[in-house]
Amino acid sequence: MDDSGIGIWGVPLAIFSGAIRVSTPFIFVSLGETITERSGRINLGLEGTLVFGAMTAYAVAVMTGSPALGVLAAMAAGAVFGTIHGWICKWPKVNDIAIGIAMMQFGLGLAFFLGKSFIQPVAPKLPSIPLGGWASSPQVQAALNINVLFFIGAALAVFLWWAFKNTRVGLILRVVGDSTDAARAMGIHPDRIRLLATAVGGALAAIGGAYLSLYYPGSWNEGISSGQGLMAVALVIFARWNPIGCFLAALLFGGAGALGPALQSVGVTQGYYLFYAAPYVLTLAILIATSSPTRSLAGAPGALSLTK
Amino acid sequence: MTKLLSMNRRSFLQTSAAGLAAGTVPALFGSGAAAQTALTVGFIYVGPKDDYGYNQAHAEGAAVIKAMPGVTLVEEENVPETVDVQKTMESMINLDGATLLFPTSFGYFDPHMLAMAAKHPDIQFRHCGGLWQAGKNPMNTGSYFGYIGQGQYLNGIAAAYATKSKKIGFVAAKPIPQVVQNINSFLLGARSVDPAITCQVIFTGEWSLAVKEAEATNALIDQGADVITCHVDSPKVVVETAAGRGAFVCGYHANQSALAKDKYLTGAEWAWGNVYTNFIKSAQGGQKLGNFVRGGLKDGFVKMSPLGPAVSAEGRKKFDATLAEIMAGKFSVFKGPIKDNKGNVVVTAGTALPEDAIELESMGYLVEGVVGSTS
Amino acid sequence: MTVQANDQGLSLPASSLASLRPVLEWLARRAEPVVISLGAVIAGLALFSLFILAIGKSPVTLFQLMYTGGFGSWFSVQNSLSRAAPLLLTALCVALPARLGLVIIGGEGAVVLGGVAAAAAAMPFVGSVPPLLLFIVMATAAMLVGAVWIGFAGFLRHYRGVNETISSLLLAYIAIALMNQFVEGVLRDPASLNKPSTKPLPAQYMMGDIPGMDVHWGLVIGVLACILSWVLIEITSYGFAARIAGGNVRAAQIQGLPVGRLIVGFTGLAGSFAGLAGMIEVAAVQGAANGSLAAGYGYTGILVAFLARHNPLAIIPVAILLGGIEASGGLIQRRMGLPDATVLVLQGTLFIVILFCETFYGRFRIFNPDLWKRS
Repeated sequence: MDDSGIGIWGVPLAIFSGAIRVSTPFIFVSLGETITERSGRINLGLEGTLVFGAMTAYAVAVMTGSPALGVLAAMAAGAVFGTIHGWICKWPKVNDIAIGIAMMQFGLGLAFFLGKSFIQPVAPKLPSIPLGGWASSPQVQAALNINVLFFIGAALAVFLWWAFKNTRVGLILRVVGDSTDAARAMGIHPDRIRLLATAVGGALAAIGGAYLSLYYPGSWNEGISSGQGLMAVALVIFARWNPIGCFLAALLFGGAGALGPALQSVGVTQGYYLFYAAPYVLTLAILIATSSPTRSLAGAPGALSLTK
Repeated sequence: MTKLLSMNRRSFLQTSAAGLAAGTVPALFGSGAAAQTALTVGFIYVGPKDDYGYNQAHAEGAAVIKAMPGVTLVEEENVPETVDVQKTMESMINLDGATLLFPTSFGYFDPHMLAMAAKHPDIQFRHCGGLWQAGKNPMNTGSYFGYIGQGQYLNGIAAAYATKSKKIGFVAAKPIPQVVQNINSFLLGARSVDPAITCQVIFTGEWSLAVKEAEATNALIDQGADVITCHVDSPKVVVETAAGRGAFVCGYHANQSALAKDKYLTGAEWAWGNVYTNFIKSAQGGQKLGNFVRGGLKDGFVKMSPLGPAVSAEGRKKFDATLAEIMAGKFSVFKGPIKDNKGNVVVTAGTALPEDAIELESMGYLVEGVVGSTS
Repeated sequence: MTVQANDQGLSLPASSLASLRPVLEWLARRAEPVVISLGAVIAGLALFSLFILAIGKSPVTLFQLMYTGGFGSWFSVQNSLSRAAPLLLTALCVALPARLGLVIIGGEGAVVLGGVAAAAAAMPFVGSVPPLLLFIVMATAAMLVGAVWIGFAGFLRHYRGVNETISSLLLAYIAIALMNQFVEGVLRDPASLNKPSTKPLPAQYMMGDIPGMDVHWGLVIGVLACILSWVLIEITSYGFAARIAGGNVRAAQIQGLPVGRLIVGFTGLAGSFAGLAGMIEVAAVQGAANGSLAAGYGYTGILVAFLARHNPLAIIPVAILLGGIEASGGLIQRRMGLPDATVLVLQGTLFIVILFCETFYGRFRIFNPDLWKRS
């Protein structure tokens, strides 16, 4: 009777596949925010950008029949949101954290408003790569059906990690992020760099949204995001502005999030709210364990308003 | 108590029939719409009006009455179950002149709607899902709900003929009586075909949580469940995820066959348009509105999605036979002996709880064969 | 205002206006935030008008409805005040730590746990103590729990170097999970059927409304808390010390200020206000702790605090403005057939412009008497 299930093995499998399925939006948003924060700016409004990206991608995919065009459109929309944020925040005395929260409301509102007519239609999904052909178990095959965006996110994390250290652009970003004055002295326009960094951050966050609406869970409605954008911004601090750290943090967060449903599916049914809190508890515990009053801000861009 | 309540239900049905008659009288004299009493009706939704689920089902019902002559419809969506909903009701009364309100979320009932009803005794409030009690709750309030558990029972029958693994899955929001009754009905329907079937349930803990619903669906399928249904506000994600993994799907709240194509077996849908039409006709005809209004498939409160291509001929036969039995009005989903999944007898042998049995509305147990726990 | 500013400064006849000068200076300094804020609101509304025009609706109708729904009648004013009440306390949860340079975004956690603590603490005393005493017990429990929750984020910041923004956000999610576990588990009233809640307070133990108004006492408590916080920040030595520490931790430590105690104290106080907001939700609105405690008041409070530039007195008008927008949002939905998201777009546009206009502070010579006399 139970031969089709995989029993207790379902838990590690769910954590593995959950880590891959659920983490992708976190990867893109946190990588985008890393670029933005490395430039000395914080964009707390990426939740709004993410949801607007999800809506745009879905709408464009419905209208054109091409999910790839949807992702591109989402990127463009996200870049526009980032540019607006970056332009407003270049003015003196404007608080980037507060603007972020207001932009979040604006993005959510606009996405819900414009997205009304796209709740009913079904959009074509982004393709995934079936890597599990070798496995006999359909569960493993399903777990290894991995979306191409996940690999792009992983590659991007490695690339950014390398680029921050070894390229001129990475150097400029770091100088701007550490000291506005030093950047000016070097003849760099900090506002221009931050504007670009925020625009790129917005575009990446919108890809995260496109993944939500066009792949997993692959649907557009007003409840599509449950705070992934906000949480991803927090993960950047958790990962200490390290792109590879962001990637790992996103995997950890996604995997821990899969724990709740997986445990219930194998019969551990009591106290599921507490299991659902696992990603947050785990993140907090690791954060406490790895921080210390003296080296807490290692890696923090000096000009960042959040960590001054 | 039970008797009194079911009497109220019957009196509503009579009343609405009378209201229908009253509505046709002026038409005989050719004055039609002009003779209709002008009526402003307020609808309040807890989520977005178009969620492919719970709120959309109500909004579609509201759209039906909007077309009725003499009716002005005012609607507000995304209203939280806080002081906001109280003020929304009052605002509809004070600023729009609404005299009949339908707050459609369960959490609006106590204390919010009851407080407003006490303050505005001239206004009629009818609430979806609440347990209105004579003597305890004001007479200008009332509750209505549909026996959608019957629909989940039929879903279970369709599921039983489709499952190969003998495991079916249920993605549920919260362990509350309305949800628990649906889970139990789904399994009992399946077991009426094959007593070896079990149903795995996963509670997501929230009414709308897209990613977790998708994860829950995947976890159920990983554990071998090959037919999935759900009770969350917006079943779109569960239906699409399950069909995407190759599992069969039974819908809920609304017809989701377009989302799952040939994987869609059937679905339990609301037919609120009928219910609201009856209320409006009663109100326009000057009749008293029912205070405790319930109905199932035979009363037109609930309907089934057309059977999908994957349902076998044998399954169709059993489905149609059971549906006919339900429509005849002699059907009990809960027929003793029934044990809960901890081994306690919850319905004794020889007891059959009819659809309107009031104890069904406070169900707190999962029946034997359901894998899951309510706390 | 006939006073004109130009590059040459003001050419006021010194003799005749000499006596008026202190008055004008006083006026000018206080006029700056008022004029800039009003200008920002007008600019924001103008921008939003473009959006409304673009979707083919009339901005004039919209603004008329906003006025009617938010402030146009005594009912509407009370509607706005009711919605503003919880935001006063949750905004303080952000504004107080901000004086120390801390960004706390997890006030929602203290609200929900404060509500649960209040409901739990009330249980043994209901029926045996007078209502006022019960409120004190509930408020104490709620404020303690709130203080511990947010104070913990402050503690982690100072003693472990954990960023308070992320820890408070994580703690908020954990708090909501705990709240759900409590109200659906050990604290659940078995009679709360489809909306799991704690045992409801009897009617005589409900906090009730301010006499002569339709607004609960939470408004008065919130305003008092804002005034007290202003006194704490602006007048006491603690507030002074906090501002120094907020400016430069090192400098404050060198001066011998107890930075750690200040941080834990301010975050604790901030959390206790958010906890109190939860208690008021239970004692004045819901009558029990349940999932509706997580209505987003904690998150909206962040916006209120930033718009008020973390000034506790400015929180009062900002919260009322926000309450007014939310109150009018319903009317806009109902009369113009626009979705609920319209209000989000309006809020977003308005707040972006208001926050952007902070850049104009100090740019207009007219508001800065020190620059008046240059010739």
